[in-house]
Amino acid sequence: MVEKTFKITAAEGVHARPATLLVQNAGKFNSDINMVYNEKSVNLKSIMGIMSLGIPTGAEVKITAEGNDEEDAINALADVMKNENLGE
Amino acid sequence: MSQLTGIAASNGIAIAKAYLLETPDLTFETKKDQNPEEEIQRLEAAIEKSKSELEKIKAHAKEKMGDEHAEIFSAHLLVLDDPELIQPIEDKIKSDQVNAEAALDETANMFITMFENMDNEYMRERAADIRDVTKRILAHLLERPFPNPALIDEEVVVVAQDLTPSDTAQLNKQFVKGFTTDIGGRTSHSAIMARSLEIPAVVGAKEVTQTINDGDMVIIDGLDGTVLINPDDSERKAYEQKQAQFEEQKAEWAKLKDEPSVTADDKRVELVANIGTPDDVEGVLRNGGEGVGLYRTEFLYMGKSSLPTEEEQYDAYKAVLEGVGSDKPVVVRTLDIGGDKELDYLDLPKELNPFLGFRAIRFCLERDDIFRTQLRALLRASVYGNLKIMFPMVATIDEFKQAKAILLEEKDNLKQEGKEVSDDIEVGIMVEIPSTAVIARQFAKEVDFFSIGTNDLIQYTMAADRMNEKVSYLYQPYHPAILNLVSNVIEAAHAEGKWAGMCGEMAGDPIAIPILLGLGLDEFSMSATSILPARSQLLKLSKEEISSYKDEILSKSTAEEVVEFVKNITES
Repeated sequence: MVEKTFKITAAEGVHARPATLLVQNAGKFNSDINMVYNEKSVNLKSIMGIMSLGIPTGAEVKITAEGNDEEDAINALADVMKNENLGE
Repeated sequence: MSQLTGIAASNGIAIAKAYLLETPDLTFETKKDQNPEEEIQRLEAAIEKSKSELEKIKAHAKEKMGDEHAEIFSAHLLVLDDPELIQPIEDKIKSDQVNAEAALDETANMFITMFENMDNEYMRERAADIRDVTKRILAHLLERPFPNPALIDEEVVVVAQDLTPSDTAQLNKQFVKGFTTDIGGRTSHSAIMARSLEIPAVVGAKEVTQTINDGDMVIIDGLDGTVLINPDDSERKAYEQKQAQFEEQKAEWAKLKDEPSVTADDKRVELVANIGTPDDVEGVLRNGGEGVGLYRTEFLYMGKSSLPTEEEQYDAYKAVLEGVGSDKPVVVRTLDIGGDKELDYLDLPKELNPFLGFRAIRFCLERDDIFRTQLRALLRASVYGNLKIMFPMVATIDEFKQAKAILLEEKDNLKQEGKEVSDDIEVGIMVEIPSTAVIARQFAKEVDFFSIGTNDLIQYTMAADRMNEKVSYLYQPYHPAILNLVSNVIEAAHAEGKWAGMCGEMAGDPIAIPILLGLGLDEFSMSATSILPARSQLLKLSKEEISSYKDEILSKSTAEEVVEFVKNITES
């Protein structure tokens, strides 16, 4: 299993558009991918899951991936975070 | 044949089959002891159909309204694909052996309740997404598919209770020949959109959704507000003739497209258009507009999940200025949010009296971060044309001075950053508040121009909510009180060598035009499609003659007396 931690810098937190992109990208991989915030873990392939976290700006979140393409998955999601100015 | 009457909201006549844009009946029965495999198959088929439908709607929204508006459908598509939603439904079908409808409804409701109970307004509204998606799947399960403007592929007249901004934005003019609604008035969103799309519309016809069935033959007369349902042959022929006459009249008007706007006694006025987006510029030019008298910037802020950036705004303002042409004026109204226009993502508290509350310039002066972003974008775009900036809802001289000071500060900042800014930007105010109209003389020393916003000025002066049908009789544009205020504003402007325009619906109204001309109005800003009829009307009016009756007009006691009097002097 691989994991990466991000600090959310987008002013509105994890909003509709970035959330959509994260889920769309997570869906491309076979690995089980989760997002952890505030000790709550949700399936990152689920838009309702990620929205239900209600992640505000300044929050620390962890993305974990486990499976045959876990490295690629975590790197792709880190790219989304960066390209969308969502977090670092 | 039956007939209904509503408010004529957009000129022209449409004859086509009715397309009912109404939510179908989605009630269902919970059935037990179902075959789980079959039910899961039905569910999957319904989800697939919903997906392809949403893809179509999304592609259409993207084409018509841009990426931003299509985003909402991306979110819907993801909900359709969401393992956390679909799996529990399938589990329920297996464990309870209920029909797919019941399993879907119960599971979705659990999520909707969860989202509705969150302490964040934005998240609460995501419950609506899930509800929308659930309804769509349910509609397919019940084989009563949802109507959607994007799915229309034959000539129709759209019949709806009301049309939302996203509905109207998706109407395809190629197929939608006209529309009629139960509610709304001449200044409601749907009516304004019909005029900008240039399709006939009758709004506020009260019972159209109840009376008209999907597929009925319908005639919409946007000239007098009549809606005919299943007309007989002779009725239909009569309307086809009226339609042909109207087309002829339009062709006649079109000849005036590149002509100046002059009166019979050779007095020049300016006929300009109200717009909401850069896309509207094309219609302004096609209808011979001499510029833009009101660019409502709210659309940049609406239907989004966050504030538009300076770059986004700059692109839009630049597109409008360049599109209209550098010699023609473009009056941009700064953000007028609040009242009936809310922005979800700002999470503003609900107000008891939003029209008298925290809105427009009041909001912008407090949230000057938002205001400054808009002003910077405007200032940067100013080099591409003839930009004029106007502040909405100004009630005191001090508000204007504060707003202008912020504008000048940002101008200095931009110059220091080495950015180019035009030095010829006129700065004016919208006159919507009676107090401002009353002391227009004092304001005229400060501002470069006035633009009278009659929709609000009338409701504030008459103390009548224009959304409330019970008091709609008090919405009287020709009331002497309104005309005296308008006259006062025009006189005040002229005394200081400034100009006065009007950007409410009244400016394009054929009954009001002679009156306003007589009061000395310089600029008339209206829906693009009203420009050519107005230019044609002006050719027959003598400004000097009507002006000579000005005092008499202003001393009438009722709106009826005014209309009667002006009719007599202009027809004699």
